[in-house]
Amino acid sequence: MLLYALRRLGAGIVLFLLTSFTTLYLIHFSFAGIVATRLGTGATPETIAQMMHDHGLDRPVLVQYVDWFGSLLQGDLGRSFFTQEVVTAAIGPRIIVTLSIVLPALIGAAIFATLLGVLAAYKGGWVDKVAQGAMLFGHLVPGLLVAIFLVMLFAVNLGWFPATGFVRFGDDPVGWLRSITIPVIALFVGGSANMANQVRGTMIDELRKDYVRTLRTAGVSPKAILLRHALRNAIGPGITVFGMQFITMFGGALIIESVFALPGFGTFAFNSAMRGDFPVIMGLTAVGVGLTVGVNLIVDLANGWLNPKARAY
Amino acid sequence: MAIESLLDEVESVTEEPIEVRRGVFYRLIRDPQAVITGTILVLFVLGGLLANVIAQHGPNFVDFWNVNSPVGTPGFPLGTDGQGRDVLARLLHSINTALVSALIAASIALVVGITFGLIGGYFRRLHGVTDWLFSIIMTFPGILLLIVLMPITRGDFRWTMFVFGFLMSPAVFRIVRNQTIGVARELYVDAAKVSGVTHTRILFKHILSVVRGPVIIATAFLTGTAINTQAGLAFLGVGSLEIPSFGAMISDGFQNLRAMPTQYLWPTLTLGVFSASIVLFGNALRDTIEGARPKPQKITATAMVDGFSAEAGPADEKALLQVRDLGIAYKSPAGVLNEVVKGVSLNLAPGETLGLIGESGSGKTQTAFGVLGVLPNEAKVTRGSVRIDGNELLGADEPTMRALRGSTIAYVPQEPMSNLDPVYKIGHHLVERIRAAGAGPKELTNPKVSKAAAKHLALELLERVGIPDPGRTFNSYPHEISGGMAQRVLIAGAVAGKPKILIADEPTTALDVTVQAEILDLIRDLQAEMNMAVIMVTHNFGVVADICDRIAVMQRGEIVEEGIIREVFANPQHEYTKMLLDSILDEDTIRQDPPRSVIKVKAAQVIAALKEASA
Repeated sequence: MLLYALRRLGAGIVLFLLTSFTTLYLIHFSFAGIVATRLGTGATPETIAQMMHDHGLDRPVLVQYVDWFGSLLQGDLGRSFFTQEVVTAAIGPRIIVTLSIVLPALIGAAIFATLLGVLAAYKGGWVDKVAQGAMLFGHLVPGLLVAIFLVMLFAVNLGWFPATGFVRFGDDPVGWLRSITIPVIALFVGGSANMANQVRGTMIDELRKDYVRTLRTAGVSPKAILLRHALRNAIGPGITVFGMQFITMFGGALIIESVFALPGFGTFAFNSAMRGDFPVIMGLTAVGVGLTVGVNLIVDLANGWLNPKARAY
Repeated sequence: MAIESLLDEVESVTEEPIEVRRGVFYRLIRDPQAVITGTILVLFVLGGLLANVIAQHGPNFVDFWNVNSPVGTPGFPLGTDGQGRDVLARLLHSINTALVSALIAASIALVVGITFGLIGGYFRRLHGVTDWLFSIIMTFPGILLLIVLMPITRGDFRWTMFVFGFLMSPAVFRIVRNQTIGVARELYVDAAKVSGVTHTRILFKHILSVVRGPVIIATAFLTGTAINTQAGLAFLGVGSLEIPSFGAMISDGFQNLRAMPTQYLWPTLTLGVFSASIVLFGNALRDTIEGARPKPQKITATAMVDGFSAEAGPADEKALLQVRDLGIAYKSPAGVLNEVVKGVSLNLAPGETLGLIGESGSGKTQTAFGVLGVLPNEAKVTRGSVRIDGNELLGADEPTMRALRGSTIAYVPQEPMSNLDPVYKIGHHLVERIRAAGAGPKELTNPKVSKAAAKHLALELLERVGIPDPGRTFNSYPHEISGGMAQRVLIAGAVAGKPKILIADEPTTALDVTVQAEILDLIRDLQAEMNMAVIMVTHNFGVVADICDRIAVMQRGEIVEEGIIREVFANPQHEYTKMLLDSILDEDTIRQDPPRSVIKVKAAQVIAALKEASA
């Protein structure tokens, strides 16, 4: 188990290195243009070259990467190329905003999807038909449209929730809850539909397996078969799906934030990327990929713990 | 036997004329869901292609005098937006943007996914590398990456979708790789390899034709994802303002909501209908190509036909199990009930061994499951009676059946590995079964058996069934022990509740020849020890001769001959029995063939396989 965990951790680190290096490599082609943007109308080839030299942008990419990675290990992501803002200080509060809508939506969707998926797979009949209809609907309607519809309904027409803006939890817990409610629901709809569909499919597969019949012939109770055996086997694939859903929701949140004018990761990433603010871009990539690697590592370890066969790989 | 293969077997023996397999297209145009959504999609594509013909203005034409004009303004059928642009023209051109996005992203995903899927699935050595590569791509936070790469793509939606194609490719890769691994193991591919067909030819000719269906389905969904992602990015503002797009229109309309709500309604509605049609069309396509998806299986007693009542009649005093005129049917796609077991009658006395013999599809397993009450939900009992100790079982509910199972009647399956839940250790399986066997209909476990007592009994049982190191096996997972060991464990579990009847469904078929005899010996010994009655379901006369007192021969759902084992062997009455007996290979028949002709036959088979492979 320890060896398995170390292997997964190693794979995660390689993924992190590869992604962050690729991002830097791709952006380094645009360095001259970005410097020109910062210098403004007075830019000449000489001033551009001078500034690139001053910031060490004319060094080989690999050297720059090692430099960047070295600072990262000390918790330093540099300063914005345009605003001189410290990158870690700029990303910190914004990632909290994004996560405060992603995590409640993910956890809520995971719980709801498991209940709905298991119920649909076990009950069959009209319960399954209704559940499948709901899943299809959640899957059909793009998250962007769900978000806009919810704003129209709850904020504009009914006035129950604020349409836009974010209240920090520390300032006003109730206000915080109100400000994240609609964005969380918007993410929840699509995510829970996808996950419920997966859970339902996996549960059906399990309940049709040989061992279920053999347990029945031994007089094991249906409840034990469902919960102790079928669900226990379905949880492994389920957790993998939840991990993937985190990535999907994280991407979706970037768009949802824009609908609700939340000061999160998405708008910040968008504005920084528009300018080509590479220290910020690298910082965002590091945090984004770091989160993904972390979540995947948790998924892998959970799977290894749940599924004795997975540990062998 | 898994429910799927059980149902396949049922299908293969039902005598209804099988509908001729028609082309996918033919079946698709008979599905209303596919026709409706397909028509909508065609209309969308046409609207996009004819954008310049239908709308009177270009998408970026600005009429300063007609800002926020309502629906029905002359020249602007759907009105104008906040900048005085034609909403209809922008909508139609947005379709084109969406289509181009889908085309680029899906093409990249398909080319990359299929190429590496074939390579990764076909060449074993590259397996690990490609898997690793695509699992990395899959964990990319896609939208963040697309935003971050804006300095390189310059926000151009075509480049953005080009990158997005790579991000979607793992979905295609997984499908193609899994299918390829399956096909690459087929014999005809081996035959083609041996005969010198090049790898490229095998890949394109044999394997690509198999992966085609799933890939077409995946493409439908990739298209939808690409369109929605492009809309989302355009909503954020990624991309040129010149390019009309649903996302940009929704964003404009959203900001102009109070002035002119319809501006926001049009693109939302169009995008909603468009992507819903794609998903629904994809679903219809999947159902057509792959057939019906598996339905939920409820854990419930076998269903009876409407108005069923068990056949009354005098009970046989001596019989432990009495099956009379049992009928089991499955519904055909046309809704007709087809009987696969047609009035089977069996008697089983205490301590007796009955061989139930027949080829696959003869209904012997169905009969066994019918007695145990564990038929799939798709099955219905049509007639007859099943009694144990004089008590009728047909029509009994699940709790009643559960109280009998394990303690009165028990079962040993054919394939030991798939019948053990892989996540629990052997000990857990046995303890659970021991405690379940004596439980009443309501309780989860038998209140009289403590966990410690159950563990003690489990270890004893493991030793009794001939497992060399019971303590170690007790703490092993099913995948850590051999098939023969697993079958011993299942037998131990079956006899744990000291049942009066044991139904063994081809208990040796999945095992090595060397182990088969040991397992039969074990069953025989346990039977004598516990005075169990045994029903041995098999297709093997060798097994029957070895262990059974009486046999019943089944063919096409009926018992065609029944009798004392020696009498049937000496003097078979029915043609089918004679045929089965003739098909036994004894030493004489094998040695009659001179070695030379054996080689010839083998060569002929290989040539036939090669011909088939190159056809």
